[in-house]
Amino acid sequence: MEETAVKIMRPLSAVCIVASAALVLAACGTDPAASTNSASNTASAPAATGTAEVKCGGKSPLSAEGSSAQKNAIDIFTQQYTKKCPGQQANYNPSGSGAGVKQFNANQIDFGGSDSAIKDADAAAAKTRCGSDAWNIPLVVGPVAVAYKLSGVDKLALTPSVIAKIFSGGITKWSDPAIKAVKGNESLTLPDKPIQVVSRSDESGTTDNFQKYLGAAAKADWTKGAGKKFNGGVGNGAQGSNGVATAVKGADGAITYVEGAFAKDGLTPALIDSGSGGVELSAANVAKSLDAAKFVKDGSNDLALDLNAIYASNIPGAYPLLLTTYEIVCSKYSDAQVSQAVKAFLTVAATDGQQPLSAKGYVPIPQSLQTKVLASIQAIS
Amino acid sequence: MSESSSTRTPTGDPGGRSSSAKKVPEDPISEQPASPAAQPPASEKPKKVRAGDRIFQNLTTGAGLFVVILIALIGLFLLVQAIPALTADKANFLFSHGWSTNDPGNMSFGILDLLEVTVATSVVALVIAMPVSLGIALFLTQYAPKRLSRIFAYVIDLLAAVPSIIFGLWGILVFAPAIEPFSQWINSTFSWFPLLAPGNVQPNVRGTIFTAGIVLAVMILPIITSLSREVFERTPTPHIEGALALGATRWEVIRTTVLPFGKAGYIGASMLGLGRALGETIALAVILLIPQGRDFSWSFFDGGSTFASKIAVNYSEFNNETSAGAYIAAGLVLFVLTFLVNFAARAIIGKKGD
Repeated sequence: MEETAVKIMRPLSAVCIVASAALVLAACGTDPAASTNSASNTASAPAATGTAEVKCGGKSPLSAEGSSAQKNAIDIFTQQYTKKCPGQQANYNPSGSGAGVKQFNANQIDFGGSDSAIKDADAAAAKTRCGSDAWNIPLVVGPVAVAYKLSGVDKLALTPSVIAKIFSGGITKWSDPAIKAVKGNESLTLPDKPIQVVSRSDESGTTDNFQKYLGAAAKADWTKGAGKKFNGGVGNGAQGSNGVATAVKGADGAITYVEGAFAKDGLTPALIDSGSGGVELSAANVAKSLDAAKFVKDGSNDLALDLNAIYASNIPGAYPLLLTTYEIVCSKYSDAQVSQAVKAFLTVAATDGQQPLSAKGYVPIPQSLQTKVLASIQAIS
Repeated sequence: MSESSSTRTPTGDPGGRSSSAKKVPEDPISEQPASPAAQPPASEKPKKVRAGDRIFQNLTTGAGLFVVILIALIGLFLLVQAIPALTADKANFLFSHGWSTNDPGNMSFGILDLLEVTVATSVVALVIAMPVSLGIALFLTQYAPKRLSRIFAYVIDLLAAVPSIIFGLWGILVFAPAIEPFSQWINSTFSWFPLLAPGNVQPNVRGTIFTAGIVLAVMILPIITSLSREVFERTPTPHIEGALALGATRWEVIRTTVLPFGKAGYIGASMLGLGRALGETIALAVILLIPQGRDFSWSFFDGGSTFASKIAVNYSEFNNETSAGAYIAAGLVLFVLTFLVNFAARAIIGKKGD
């Protein structure tokens, strides 16, 4: 009898010890949401201060789908939305920009999220779905860093032309005189190592925006076009932003393009010199680029940004390499409930939702853009 | 178990072994269960089949047929989806290296590169896993004390429960940096040997087939080990005791009784492990670096994609039916490859089997 009791007690006691250890260790952990580290964006981002009236109500839960790059941002927006409008919910499925546009056109979701503005055939399909024009509303802006790992080099400035040559195989060693010739690199000792280019092996909006940037800012040197797949033809591909960051961290002399939030802990973002000196990657500098933003359809409520103009711009102190994700909405919804909820969600996103974005590596939209965004949202019916 | 000992002619005394003592010594062929007395009752009702028997027979036949039909349907699905893309392919599907499927009107894709990388990773995994599994299985069944072998077996099976993505992350974050000096040493010392020369992702030695193959080996180890262990445990005790009685050492016992008996099962287990290695998706997608614009250069230090990892990485391209068809065609090739491997395994087992 005692033997059986001991037989049962031994494994049972082992389980108890493991369980209590697990509880103790769980209590020791810190809540990641509580500790916000401002990571790469050193200066606190100058968020827009405009406010707007939010008419809570309408369809709940709101359904949305699309780009995975803005998943974190939408989470923050949803948090603020449920705080501002208690009882209202919004669901977002980060299945990718392509899937988001397809579902929006198929009338399966209330609004979509896409890395690139909806246009041409997709826009026509959206018009049929809505019965009215579809609008692109930019709410999430993130910088793209040209991040590298090179021991002994903390501050590297690169011009778009040099970047284009590196990513298409024109420059293959760090000791190349073209890199040294960039203003600000004179005092650097660049080793004679080969440059290991790392790109995204999967389809990515970041790749698309990076290649568009090179095509606009370094037309003569980047002839490979744009698109979601990297066309440079050099280097190695890794999967996902995490994959490229890990690959660069593990190789001295590697360089890649990646969302700003990933350019830390071993990676260093390069300064981009568009002609007026090297500009550091920071939220304030990206906001400067957006201040002078031009739109594809000037004067319309469809706020698709003319990115080529931003990429080719040469504003002193502005960081031009950014990507925006758009929320694709109908200008006129057939269901008033949906329209009310969409307006409320987007208004909260454009006002209260912007400041918390800087902790996640995004850039809050500047005042000038916010006024236009709010005007467009108000015009949704 | 009794049939195998009756087909092997006893080499020692007829009545000397413990398990055969149960049989009547003067009637070694005692397999016929029915005595003549039992025949007449059966011959009176020859056609009566009980309902329960018939139902059970149909159920089992149905289950067997279901599996065959399922596989046939999967093959059919792959074929139907792949054909439009194959007809639109501008390059030779089976023998060209590049893969360009962005523009549905201008696709040229070939699976040669994928095939080479898949085979290379699986070969590395098998070459490492097979001897190690054999050793573990022999240790657990022949050398370890019973209690220890139970705990060990449990731990090995636990390895099989770890999800593939964990293996992938461990591989790229922990393992690859740890064996980087070793990989670089191999690269520099054996650069004259094509298979070990620096590959097409040089100077990077982390995201290579070599690293991926070793991680794969760890993943297929528990499969091969647990199946081999089961087979080796079933070695007939008379054989082992016979060998021991003849004065064989432990190793000679293993070599003469356990290994010949368990060879077919061990090869079958390895083929099962190979099947898993061929189809491993996410771990390889995370570890392997994909060289842009360079093909497989016949080195284990190359990068690249396997069939499964290419489909997984490019899943978001499946919006377009024709582009999706190209990837499904690659999946079809993997399907056929697995079939061929299993077929070859059956042939090997059939030849060696008794």
